[in-house]
Amino acid sequence: MIGLRQRSELVNPLVFFFIIVTLFALALGAHEETLRQSAPAVIWVAALLASTLSLDTMFHPDLDDGCLEQFLLSHQSLTIIVVAKIMAHWLLTSAPLIVAALFLGLMVYLPQNAMFPLLATLLLGTPVLSLVGAILVALTVGLRGSGILLTLLILPLYIPVLIFSVATVDNAAKGLAITGELYFLGAILVLAATLAPLATTSSLRIRLG
Amino acid sequence: MFEYFYKYGSPKPFYDLSKLFVPWLGGICLVLLIAGLIGGLVLAPQDYQQGESFRIIYVHVPSAWMSLFIYMVMASAGATGLIWKVKVSDAVARASAPLGASFTFLALATGSLWGKPMWGTWWVWDARLTSELILLFLYLGYMALQTAIDDRRTAARAGAILALVGVVNIPIIHYSVEWWHTLHQGPTITKLDAPSIHTSMLVPLLIMALAFMFYYAAVVLLRARYEILESERNSAWVSELVEQRRG
Amino acid sequence: MSSLQSFLHMGGYAIYVWPSYGLTFIVLIINIILPLKRENRFFKTFTERKKRPGKAQ
Repeated sequence: MIGLRQRSELVNPLVFFFIIVTLFALALGAHEETLRQSAPAVIWVAALLASTLSLDTMFHPDLDDGCLEQFLLSHQSLTIIVVAKIMAHWLLTSAPLIVAALFLGLMVYLPQNAMFPLLATLLLGTPVLSLVGAILVALTVGLRGSGILLTLLILPLYIPVLIFSVATVDNAAKGLAITGELYFLGAILVLAATLAPLATTSSLRIRLG
Repeated sequence: MFEYFYKYGSPKPFYDLSKLFVPWLGGICLVLLIAGLIGGLVLAPQDYQQGESFRIIYVHVPSAWMSLFIYMVMASAGATGLIWKVKVSDAVARASAPLGASFTFLALATGSLWGKPMWGTWWVWDARLTSELILLFLYLGYMALQTAIDDRRTAARAGAILALVGVVNIPIIHYSVEWWHTLHQGPTITKLDAPSIHTSMLVPLLIMALAFMFYYAAVVLLRARYEILESERNSAWVSELVEQRRG
Repeated sequence: MSSLQSFLHMGGYAIYVWPSYGLTFIVLIINIILPLKRENRFFKTFTERKKRPGKAQ
């Protein structure tokens, strides 16, 4: 079920992540001060882009080889399949990024005291990206121009997570307590985790029913 | 009462009945608009701080209110269509989106034109402006999804899910942006939060808001009628209607 | 006459106030005209499509 079809599925998001961060670093002039201030933002935008661009793999291969209809017809609960796919997406896309963040933090001069908060926000926030992304992939699966359409639809929904996470890490870098913010991110995660699978299965049924 | 709901939830009765409503709603809207404009542009005194530029409020605030209200209607209509399969609901939802997007655009544009003389800048990442911008993206995304799906019934149901996801997000977006904004800007006293707004300034504002409501009511019916025609084009009554109009 | 002028002048803010109102009215009117035109076009093209029964929807 995990669907690790090729090595490249695991490596691509990771390489992409490094490239994005490099691009930002170079574009910002690679000055330590500028980079340090933008560090959490750069890493988070990179995480967001990597997650968005790999959402395609969640349902498209299954649509292509007819598995998706089989899932709908099968006796197995569609919800379980959807949850498995979401977890698979997160494990293949974001989990490696969280590990890579340790190294990337160095590349952008992330302050020491901000590293753990950054990892915490990534840990709480990236599953939300996979969860909400799943709903929208299900809504747009198989449509003409679905790639761009998906990105257009999904980015507004990602903005709260982005804003909140980056601001939290910034706060931590300034030495402020961030427990409240982390609870809020946790709350969003719980909300997404409870509602997204339901919305995703509904969307699949609507599109393929 | 539910009989009315069932009856007018169905395409043809709705199409026939709405024809009567549209002119009346439009007429009321026009009257309110004239009253509001006279009240706002002529009768209301100028603001002691902002001078004459504050008069933009009479189109800016009603637009912003409508942009949010219409989204709620769109999501509710979508939900009704999704749960109870009411065809008219689907039509109203689809018809509302361009109107909601228009009002959101107007809120942003007039806000920008108001902001320039007031704050000296066309744009600021203020909590409200940012939330409103995101709302515009949500509307445009909804419209894009509707256009991308060929089958109207599927499009309506998919749109309903999208709108509902958006509805859940709107308070989250608003809260996040507000928290983020106050974090970065420090406590700011928004220019709109006047200590108390004088009645002579408030009344035209409320009249304009009401006028916009009637505008929306009239035009959404107008648009929904067209959506109904499109989605029911294969049915007998539509063919008959076309025959009638030709003959 | 001067009071009309001062009305149009809007205390110097005319280039902000009048475009705001103008834009609003343009958008509101476009939103009325477009659906009306679309409905008319529907009735025109519908008849034509009926003449080609082979076109399934």
